[in-house]
Amino acid sequence: MAPLGRPAGPEQPIISIDGVSKNFGAQPAVVDVSLDIARSDFFCLVGASGSGKTTLLRLLAGFETPECGRILLDGEDMTGRPPYERPVNMMFQSYALFPHLTVQNNVAFGLQEERLPKAEIGARVAAALELFDISGLAARKPHQLSGGQRQRVALARALVKRPKILLLDEPLAALDKKLREHAQVELAALRERVGITFVMVTHDQEEAMSIASHIALMRDGRVIQVGTPRDLYERPASRYAADFFGAANLFDGTLAGGSGAVSHVDCPEAGCALRVTNAEGVSPGPVTVMVRPEQVGVHKTAPTGGNVLPAGVTNIVFLGSAHVCHFTLDSGKPVQARLSPTDMAQLGGLGSGDRVHLSWDPAAGRVLAS
Amino acid sequence: MRMASDARRLKTLVVGGTTTWLVIFTLLPFLIVLAISLAEPRLGVPPFTPLLECGDGIWPRINASLANYTTLFSDSLYVEAFLGSVRIAATSSLITLLIAYPMAYAIARTQARLRLALLMLVILPFWTSFLIRAYAWTGILNSNGLINSALLNAGLIAEPLPLLHTEFAVHLGIVYSYLPFMVLPIYAVLERLDWTLLEAARDLGSRPLRGFLRVTLPLSLPGVYAGWLLVFIPALGEFIIPDLLGGPGSLMLGRVLWTEFFNNNDWPLASALAVALLAMVLLSSALLYRVMRRPEASS
Repeated sequence: MAPLGRPAGPEQPIISIDGVSKNFGAQPAVVDVSLDIARSDFFCLVGASGSGKTTLLRLLAGFETPECGRILLDGEDMTGRPPYERPVNMMFQSYALFPHLTVQNNVAFGLQEERLPKAEIGARVAAALELFDISGLAARKPHQLSGGQRQRVALARALVKRPKILLLDEPLAALDKKLREHAQVELAALRERVGITFVMVTHDQEEAMSIASHIALMRDGRVIQVGTPRDLYERPASRYAADFFGAANLFDGTLAGGSGAVSHVDCPEAGCALRVTNAEGVSPGPVTVMVRPEQVGVHKTAPTGGNVLPAGVTNIVFLGSAHVCHFTLDSGKPVQARLSPTDMAQLGGLGSGDRVHLSWDPAAGRVLAS
Repeated sequence: MRMASDARRLKTLVVGGTTTWLVIFTLLPFLIVLAISLAEPRLGVPPFTPLLECGDGIWPRINASLANYTTLFSDSLYVEAFLGSVRIAATSSLITLLIAYPMAYAIARTQARLRLALLMLVILPFWTSFLIRAYAWTGILNSNGLINSALLNAGLIAEPLPLLHTEFAVHLGIVYSYLPFMVLPIYAVLERLDWTLLEAARDLGSRPLRGFLRVTLPLSLPGVYAGWLLVFIPALGEFIIPDLLGGPGSLMLGRVLWTEFFNNNDWPLASALAVALLAMVLLSSALLYRVMRRPEASS
């Protein structure tokens, strides 16, 4: 962890969370979380509801005080500091715009609290309204705005303060699907433009994967994995992480010793031993093998090499850009494969009840310690 | 079709019933009072001259005079009573507000389970007669009442403090009696307040007191206005409290009205007072309504 008094530099994390715990009564909300967030990162906290991600964000904002541990923002200990003295600003899920104030005054609110000269407030508010293209709405009250406009006012109000860190609590949850995808792109572009660190909470793994440069996956108050979206998708550290990010075929088995690079996982569900190449560091014993649906190949005649499992077609869902095919192994275990239209054309079509062979490369499967 | 016509009939019934009720029990009595206020006092039953008198011609003679209203505005007794009522009603409403707001705030911010119990405590005094409760204060404030005897026994004072029959006692009585009317509307607004707004204010740099002044207070003003109306208006015409607790000096309209009506038997003047009081109430409500509407109007 970053010791106090270390000179602030670009390598030093902008946020250092050090052994922080927070309980609500007897209910632990955040349990011994340690996390570093790099400067200018777009960091996402993801997890199911009740995983503690919002509490962690509120700890950063100063709305909650940790029972133990400390939080450093840009090298400064913030642990006992109230929200109004922290160099962070938050965008609330409900946007929390002041209903009795105009857009202009909502955005000016935080600068007025800093007792800045009127001329400076005016100029900075005007620039913020310009940046978010809401200058025309300056005289409106929040109830006269659409959801997308409110969101931009909330962003302008937080960013006009020039915080070191912007905290976003489910910022896109209130938007409909179409608008949300657009807003995701805009949010990522915005972070590029303003250059500060964004920390966002979301329950939506797809949203996190598409925006974040780094993700922390939370479960039961703990951070169970931190990494880039690619890390989390391709190299999940646990069965939970594998299942949380995207679809996954999970085979429970027992890791036996291997010969050389290839190890064998004894898997009754698959009906044979699965060959895997990335079991280094996993001790022999019960494990889970994860294979993403797009890594599963489908063949009418058994291919040679790799892992080959005979299966029957259960059903096929056409998604436009791909076919999601559901199979059942002889053991009854369901397996999913994702085929591109080209793959499907090469296969010459599939129908329910067809017998096929599923295969994947030993390097594709991932061994997760149970 | 049938349901629509049924609904329309129900609506007619409800609106019509309410209107009839208001006409019979509010508008008609008011018109009677208004008519009496234009008459002149006389000895006899009823103790005022009839408004319409059958004369020699076909048309009845109208005996209307504004003499009573002229008296109201020229006699210093009534002018003072007006001003005294407004002053006492305003100061006691203000004191009520200053006590009620923190109470309402505290109730709104306690956990839901306790809230109901606290609200019950606020409403509980209503279960006893208002008159009895006002009367009970005389026993507490008397020169040999609870407070004075306690202070005398403790040796803190040599002779009883003059508490009863003072303007202080009138204020006390009004604040005590009308406190729930101020607490409840303010509570109703605060209870519905989105407290994340307060968090947003703190996030944007407001210290707790600033956040209260810039966010909570402005958003709770509708409740404050409603509470103010509910306390100020009845206090303006209050009779029982100044009569029981007030001294000879604390002139309030309600008492003057009573004296004119029952002691001086001057119904027309008493009626004129009543009409003037009503006009004052309507005027202050209209004023407050305009103030209330202003934030909306500017948006």
